[in-house]
Amino acid sequence: MSDSNDPMAEIRASFFIECEELLEALQDGLQALDDGDEDPETINIVFRAVHSIKGGAGAFGLEALVRFAHRFETVLDEVRAGRMSPDSDARKIFFQCADHLSDLVRISRDDGNLPDDETASLLASLNGLLGDAGIEEEDEAAEEEEIDFQPATLSLDLDLGGDEDSDVPDLPPLDSLPVAAPEGFIVRFKPDNDLFETGNEPFHMLRALDELGKCTVTCHLDDLPDLDTLAAETSYLSWTVEIETDVEEAEIAAAFEFVDGLCTLDIKKKNSDEVAPADLPQAAKPAEPISENVKNESEETAPQAVAPQPPGPEEADAAQELDPKPQMAQKTQPSAAKQGAPAAAKSVVRVDLDRIERLVNLVGELVINQAMLSQSLERSGLSPHSDAMNGLEEFQRLTRDIQDSVMMIRAQPVKSLFQRMSRIVREASAAVNKDVRLMTEGESTEVDKTVIERLADPLTHMIRNAVDHGLESSEERIAAGKPEQGRVNLTAAHRSGRVVIEVSDDGGGINRPKVLQIAIDKGLISADATLSDTEIDNLLFLPGFSTASVVSDLSGRGVGMDVVRTSIQALGGRISISSIPGEGTTFSISLPLTLAVLDGMVVQVADETLVLPLNVVIETLTLTNKDVEMVRPGSHVVRVRSGFVPLFDLGKELGYREPVDDHEGSVVLLIAHEDGGRAALIIDSIQDQRQVVIKGLDDSFYRAPGIAAATILGDGQIALILDTSDIITNAISSSGVAVSPANTGQTA
Amino acid sequence: MSEKEKPTAIELLTFQLADQEYSLDIMSVREIRGWTKTTPLPHAPSYMKGVINLRGTVLPVMDLSERLGLEPQRQTDRNVIIVVNHDDVMTGLLVDAVSDIIALTDEDLQPPPELQTSNSPNVVSALTLIDERMIRVLDLSSIVTSVQSDAA
Repeated sequence: MSDSNDPMAEIRASFFIECEELLEALQDGLQALDDGDEDPETINIVFRAVHSIKGGAGAFGLEALVRFAHRFETVLDEVRAGRMSPDSDARKIFFQCADHLSDLVRISRDDGNLPDDETASLLASLNGLLGDAGIEEEDEAAEEEEIDFQPATLSLDLDLGGDEDSDVPDLPPLDSLPVAAPEGFIVRFKPDNDLFETGNEPFHMLRALDELGKCTVTCHLDDLPDLDTLAAETSYLSWTVEIETDVEEAEIAAAFEFVDGLCTLDIKKKNSDEVAPADLPQAAKPAEPISENVKNESEETAPQAVAPQPPGPEEADAAQELDPKPQMAQKTQPSAAKQGAPAAAKSVVRVDLDRIERLVNLVGELVINQAMLSQSLERSGLSPHSDAMNGLEEFQRLTRDIQDSVMMIRAQPVKSLFQRMSRIVREASAAVNKDVRLMTEGESTEVDKTVIERLADPLTHMIRNAVDHGLESSEERIAAGKPEQGRVNLTAAHRSGRVVIEVSDDGGGINRPKVLQIAIDKGLISADATLSDTEIDNLLFLPGFSTASVVSDLSGRGVGMDVVRTSIQALGGRISISSIPGEGTTFSISLPLTLAVLDGMVVQVADETLVLPLNVVIETLTLTNKDVEMVRPGSHVVRVRSGFVPLFDLGKELGYREPVDDHEGSVVLLIAHEDGGRAALIIDSIQDQRQVVIKGLDDSFYRAPGIAAATILGDGQIALILDTSDIITNAISSSGVAVSPANTGQTA
Repeated sequence: MSEKEKPTAIELLTFQLADQEYSLDIMSVREIRGWTKTTPLPHAPSYMKGVINLRGTVLPVMDLSERLGLEPQRQTDRNVIIVVNHDDVMTGLLVDAVSDIIALTDEDLQPPPELQTSNSPNVVSALTLIDERMIRVLDLSSIVTSVQSDAA
């Protein structure tokens, strides 16, 4: 992967990207299975995911991955064939295997050391399942895909990077289902151009057939034009394979599962007199009938036959007539996992993130430009009903739509994140020996990609906390009259332009006396402090706080909720906590939809325009002199209802002007400080409240204290976006006034 | 500079700073634009004029005279901002006026005499004479990279 000159590296990279998708599908399927879904398609999806990973891994010679996936697949196939029912133990093992498979994929990707012990123990579990189901254990030798391919008739040099492990399905021996006529089939196979374009290799299919029985392969070169007229990307070859086998037709068709729709395929029994549909000319009909036919065809075997060009109805009919065993439906359903049927509902394009970034930046500029244009048009004194102004309005609307759409490109469902959390729950609950079930909701909620990436760590921490500290032990739960199995809920939802993610457990709630005692013991608060319940809960966010009296393996490694809160705040988010004794605790995270745009309050200070993140502004006040008290020269507090809040002049703190002495009539913003305290900032006036596009400031040059970023206003001027926490912290350290603790002025 | 080898052709952009002539390697110059109002950065060193909007990116601008320890810039209409690129970081340098582009080889450049005082950055990398005028060739990296340590 590191070597960018290697073309294989690129293919390998895309294999691993594909693996991520397949692993996600696998998790989904297993979850559905676990939730009692009995749709045969579910287990098919699971099977195909594992199978595709195995296939790809084989192509890159990732032996360990192939071996594990193969055994996993074998067991899944038993389930798929209805010979084994996935009870809860089996499902548990499946989940472990899926987790392990994803580990193996990642380790293989990073060329790490494979955890052989774990692989071995899981393989043993899988073997156990096979044994339990009363199935003859597959012979170890069967794994080594025996290849006694006869190249005799296939004299064309087709050795195109074929690897020892092909991406063909391993088919379990089906000796239980003997077919009446053992003599076999004649398979005619003509790849379409698309087959090659999607990176498939006929060689693998032929080899797969060879594994099913004795093959005689004839390659047809009739269509091959002269070299002058040969088009490099056109498929001219076709093959006829006579195969002596006792497997069913469906098994043969399965060898072509991944190229379904990308080739002309005809499978018929030897000595059959029927006319092969593939002999009919390929119909180049319009696309309408495609979905119908595909649906129709997926029930049959022959349909693999036709495809990217939709078959005419008569062909489909012919195919049905020909098909001797329509009951093998599930074996031959088109593989949506890898190739996608031609009529697949959702098509996806992979785009380099850099390109999207660029687009986002350009749109940001467009928005700014549009604002500048409208300001200058307004200044020019045009009538609001003129064509130009009407056009401008339309332009504004379009710009907004474009901006929304572009932001949506970066948005991703939180599902992948939630799936990772379900693994965390499984591992965490096993580590502390609790029975825990994770319930997720709102998985399709979309959030900016970066937000998702940066949420993983804090969320992991919170989930572990919920399992370790939040939930009681089984005995305690039973004693409290609760179901033995603890529950952790993970939900995501859009709420008024933000994303709200909640982690809740049905445990014992926060032990407030204990929390208070720890905070006093650790000197975080004074012993005689009286705190409200909410304030006690918020102590959890203080740096250096950890309630686990025993440092467990899982949590309590000194990294506490304060780290969680810092990372959430770095994303422009807020975190809050609520707890009911005996019923559980809920952590609620509220996040902006995107990091590129900020809800800001535009203010004026000392002739400079500045932007504050709206989420830190609690309220705005107009001062009168009697509200302001001097603590000592140069440091003031302002009375807000019953509490006192330190007062700072923003203009002075930024070095823009000398402090103002007369506070009569000053506008003040009440700002929420990081640790739950508050501070008041004097500004000159509030101008606006609007979304601004965030532009990074280059720190390498000069890092301005108290400045988070910049934005460009409608008039083309740059306004700085303030980091209020930084400003207040600096102001406090220079003035010596402590920020008002959270316990004052909680009157609202 | 590699003296012994074949002379390498270089082009310099010359400009005025406090009635003296300075120059920069033209390869590091991205564009030249007129003076626009800057947004000041809080607590910045006085030579940091602030940031401007360069077609959607935030460009820091410094007063080159002040940066070099000369008297601060007099604001006139001829003032321009030279946008330079150093290690993929764009910076604007405010100068009095841009004069010329001169082509010469590195043989025409002379090392500056070792007169540097210890506390001023070693910003002049070479000297050259064009039509009896002495032109100082500035070392861009020392101008734009040592800001951090100065500010601290």
